[in-house]
Amino acid sequence: MSVTARVITRIGDFAIDAQLEARPGETVALLGPNGAGKSTMLKAIAGLVAIEDGCIRIDSAAVDEPASGTFIPPEHRRVGMVFQDYLLFPHMTVRQNIAFGRKPRKMPADKNNDDDTWIHALDLTDLLDRKPDQLSGGQAQRVALARALATNPRALLLDEPLAALDAATKQTVRGELRQFLQRFEHGSILVTHEPLDALVLADRIVVLEDGRVTQVGPTAEVASQPRTDYLAALLGVTLHRGLATDGVVACETGGTLIASTSITGSVIAVIRPQAISLHTHKPEGSARNVWRTTVTAVEAHHDQMRVTLAGPPQLTAAVTPAAVAELGIAPGQQIWASLKATDIAVHPA
Amino acid sequence: MRFPLLAALALSLALASCAPPTADNDDATTITVSAAASLTDAFTEIGEAFTEANPGIEVRFNFAGSSTLAEQINAGAPVDVFAAASSLSMDRARDALAEPTLFASNSLAIAAPAGNPAGIVSLADLQDPNVTFIVCAVQVPCGAATEALLERNGLEVTPSSLEPDVRAVLTKVIADEADAGIVYRTDTAAAGDQVEQIAIADEVNVINHYPIAATKAAPQAADAFVDFVLSESGQQILRTWEFASP
Amino acid sequence: MKRTTARTTTPAPRLLIALAALALAFLLLPLIGLLLETPWAQLPALLTTTTATEALRLSIITSLLAAAVATILGVPLAWVLARKEFTGQRLVRGIVLLPLVLPPVVGGVTLLTAFGRRGLVGQYLYDWFGIQLPFSTAGVVMAEAFVAMPFLVITVEGALRNIDTRYEQAARTLGASPRTVLFRITLPMISASLLAGIVLAWARALGEFGATITFAGNFPGVTQTLPLAVYSALEVSRDEAIALSLVLLAVSLTVLVSLRGRFLGSRS
Repeated sequence: MSVTARVITRIGDFAIDAQLEARPGETVALLGPNGAGKSTMLKAIAGLVAIEDGCIRIDSAAVDEPASGTFIPPEHRRVGMVFQDYLLFPHMTVRQNIAFGRKPRKMPADKNNDDDTWIHALDLTDLLDRKPDQLSGGQAQRVALARALATNPRALLLDEPLAALDAATKQTVRGELRQFLQRFEHGSILVTHEPLDALVLADRIVVLEDGRVTQVGPTAEVASQPRTDYLAALLGVTLHRGLATDGVVACETGGTLIASTSITGSVIAVIRPQAISLHTHKPEGSARNVWRTTVTAVEAHHDQMRVTLAGPPQLTAAVTPAAVAELGIAPGQQIWASLKATDIAVHPA
Repeated sequence: MRFPLLAALALSLALASCAPPTADNDDATTITVSAAASLTDAFTEIGEAFTEANPGIEVRFNFAGSSTLAEQINAGAPVDVFAAASSLSMDRARDALAEPTLFASNSLAIAAPAGNPAGIVSLADLQDPNVTFIVCAVQVPCGAATEALLERNGLEVTPSSLEPDVRAVLTKVIADEADAGIVYRTDTAAAGDQVEQIAIADEVNVINHYPIAATKAAPQAADAFVDFVLSESGQQILRTWEFASP
Repeated sequence: MKRTTARTTTPAPRLLIALAALALAFLLLPLIGLLLETPWAQLPALLTTTTATEALRLSIITSLLAAAVATILGVPLAWVLARKEFTGQRLVRGIVLLPLVLPPVVGGVTLLTAFGRRGLVGQYLYDWFGIQLPFSTAGVVMAEAFVAMPFLVITVEGALRNIDTRYEQAARTLGASPRTVLFRITLPMISASLLAGIVLAWARALGEFGATITFAGNFPGVTQTLPLAVYSALEVSRDEAIALSLVLLAVSLTVLVSLRGRFLGSRS
């Protein structure tokens, strides 16, 4: 039901030392850039990779503990895994794929984990006689899920579950997967490099960078309070480290920000680009941070324009294309920027 | 760049397929002698003696089962002299040969591996189902003689293998792969200590008469060789290898 | 004479085609010669003699058994070569492929040194159990399996290297033991190549001569397979030899044509 993993291992030159936990009914997202070691951790939990040190426990029983010489092979761990490419057996039909996990395990026929339950739950009845190469991306994903679940696993591992889907299908499947995971009674861990997947599907996020956990916390908290540059960039915000005294943050890179915070000491200030306004003349208003700067770059970003302003501290403002046109914003241009103190989220470093 | 390579290839192919020098060349003549496998040792020695007596003539030997050799001659093999272990085999290639002459005779014997582990003492022992014994295939003179021998002695036996020539039988007996083999007397003599000979009495034995003949197209040197085999020197050598008179 | 680039590229294909045609002729002419010399009228009589039927029966039985032995032993070997990393791997692979390049008679001789009555292992088989492999049908199967196994090993090893091992990993997470993975995932995924390898091994076993006659000997009904019968017949009746050769050729050709080039070991 629950998974606790402390993984210490080495793949070539790359070292991983990370810990994560998934409690019953909880979905944990393992978020990180490519090459961070996420898939390795997942494979270690599944038993496809042996760790060099640390301990992996499922329901408090050790399945991989080098110190005591314990290693339970994957076929006995009862952990279901959905792979990035689904890996549906090409020589078997959908029905045979889903039933595959049942036979070797010789489980008693149980109404709750009957293949049929999942076939119906995931709407696969019409696809049973097809071969994997006759399925669409979304269908294949559902079959892979049903196949993993038909074995009644104690935990569910998903490796980049939406990566193989096109943009339109991703939307729908993401929603369906969210509903499913919320109802799933066991712990599940999903690996992704897409922040949106993590934000939508997970209860908790574990951020893995370069083999180390850099942040852990409930989804909402991690999303609003990123503590690393990677995560900040991922979420589309900017981070600024500095020393806070009396509500003023002296940034490490230079410059100051006036924030409404009582925290003193080392802090991380998080600023959303949308919170910065641009003006042709010095604005008058309640904003406590007002300064004159030069535009260094203007880029389109989805349906907004990102305007990079010279620092320190270097900030990015998000404005509409219409605003850019109206104000005639272009690189090299002198401009006034304003930022409300209340729009700066400050939390201890 | 390609042309020289092709030319070299063509040239070497042409050279390789060149026929050996004919008798017109007096400096060095080579004659090819196809002889029955049982003549291997005797004829090799005869060849050496012949070359010593006739410098300038080289002898090349081709030993195999007589029937195989006959087939080769019929298929056009460039053979100058044919010495067979039976007239039957020689008759097969009759059309290509001059008049044959008998030059030796041979009889059969049982060969057992050194030490005679199976304790063979007579032909009758071969009837024991536990004894593994091998013979020549009936197509070769040795095999035909063996069949006649077994029939003459009223023996109903099943050999374990029918080897393509008598030397193959001998080799397997020496290697102790079989308890016994029926070969020529001369073969057991040639093998010396490597085998133990169990003699078969003359009264119940089968005699093979060996004919020799030059092929019709052969050079003079071939006739010289045949004459040598029939001469006192040749006959002497045959006797040391335990061949009997024709 | 100077030629423009456009014109110099044309002669090469023509030469290629000419050489290809020569190669084909080289391989076809013996076949055609055989067909022309075949005594078609006497064929039924020649093929129904005891020698012929016994040889054919023996050939089929031993070649099938040899193919089975080659498969049962060869597939695990191919698996180890494809999946495991160990020192001396190249040497092992070289040894495995040796029967492919060894003259078959040499193969027979080496089999004798190991399994003959005085052989490394054979002596104990003989002294303790009275088992004699030379001159037995089992010996024929051994000789044929010896020369046929490399074909199966190469084909299967190649196929195993080409499939995606992640499918096997997926199977293990679904609770499949390594044995189940092998039989329900790995082997089915290479089934086409496996079949091609088995058929190729069988065809090779069927045509084996040198190792058989040297190791197992030659006796009708026991060890005289079709190739040996042809050799024996050659000394007596050319017609019989040709008739038997025709049977061998027909069987081999049918098998190879049906494979449709799959035995090249790459795609399943």
